[in-house]
Amino acid sequence: MAAKTLIIDGKQVSAQDDATILDAATDAGIKIPTLCHLGGVYDVGACRLCLVEVAGAKKLFSACTTRVAEGMEVHTDTERLRKYRRMTLELLFAERNHVCSVCVSNGKCELQTLAWQNGMEHVGYDYSFPRWGVDATHHLFGLDHNRCVLCQRCVRVCWHIEGAGTKNVAGRGARSAIIDDLKQPWGDSETCTSCGKCVLACPTGALFNKGSTVGEMSRDLNKLEYIVNARLKKQWIALE
Amino acid sequence: MDRLRIATVWLGGCSGCHMSFLDLDEFLIDLAGLVDLVYSPVIDVKEYPENVDVCLIEGAVCNRDNLEMLHTVRRRTKVLVSFGDCAVTGNVPAIRNQLGAGNDVNVLQCAYIANAQNNPRLPVADGIVPELLKRVKPLHEVVPVEVYLPGCPPSADRIKLLLERVLAGLPPALEGEQIRFG
Repeated sequence: MAAKTLIIDGKQVSAQDDATILDAATDAGIKIPTLCHLGGVYDVGACRLCLVEVAGAKKLFSACTTRVAEGMEVHTDTERLRKYRRMTLELLFAERNHVCSVCVSNGKCELQTLAWQNGMEHVGYDYSFPRWGVDATHHLFGLDHNRCVLCQRCVRVCWHIEGAGTKNVAGRGARSAIIDDLKQPWGDSETCTSCGKCVLACPTGALFNKGSTVGEMSRDLNKLEYIVNARLKKQWIALE
Repeated sequence: MDRLRIATVWLGGCSGCHMSFLDLDEFLIDLAGLVDLVYSPVIDVKEYPENVDVCLIEGAVCNRDNLEMLHTVRRRTKVLVSFGDCAVTGNVPAIRNQLGAGNDVNVLQCAYIANAQNNPRLPVADGIVPELLKRVKPLHEVVPVEVYLPGCPPSADRIKLLLERVLAGLPPALEGEQIRFG
């Protein structure tokens, strides 16, 4: 496979020609913030946190869905990008009801962590306080739409790792929501295998194990890595 | 140099942030030697004074008293600190906003009528029990705020860090994990 050479943040980097900017940066030890990206499933560029600047182009590119090109010059940490990342995070917080203090994922949440890592000490936009419900009909898991960021990690693991196709997105704009089957109560779903991969994949407290109380929910992403590795390489490597 | 005039105020919150403030332990004694605490729920001063340098405000803006108090504090204070998640985000008190228009009436109905075991009755006492606002707001939606100190509650270490920066004349804004919500 041919290699491409490019420059990321002033550093000479080489990457395989089908690599994304995110892959190349990660290999080079350059950290780009991500939220909807999840190793093992394809990328959709939904969250816009990994936006980067490419020299010569006016628009910004999501690093997770943009392939590297020969001679490309990428900047991952400029004042403009920091401004947009903070804005994106603030909009995510303002769009739904992320009440960290009473969330199952408090202290283990990717959104909460991204907020402090990107200097978000308050949200400048007015909170929209939408009215969303919780689907607690499944016997093992719950879905709290209040905490959902629509990253679709659950949808992708459900379709492309488990192959069940239970989880989907319905609606448009701010009223988009994760649904089960044809927008049925999760507990009534005929396709859900109760594998729990969606719960593992969720970055926030939107999908949770029943019985978790505030701050109790923790996720083991290694389990997903294990399953992906087994699927792709047929290697069943025992978890540590 | 004159001693810094510091105040703390308790609006719509659970007082957890003030408990965390008291959790400063022996640093409170150092602090008492360095600043004047001119107003606070933990001291006996009735009127919010003029010319306050720094005020830590706990709680969201939930009722008419909170609103008037916040405007008074803003007029008489140089540096306002949004103290804790309720002040910064609305947090738990603002959950009622999700019920939309009429939530102020609904929560009272729910608390004092629907779930009352004895003597269901709305508390009405003009001039004593303040009227709920239609929408709970974080401080910065009402007045300009200089510094944000998130946390539910912010740990004593976090409060100490901020106060030390104030005392050293540094910009008091915190960063890194010190600004984590929750």
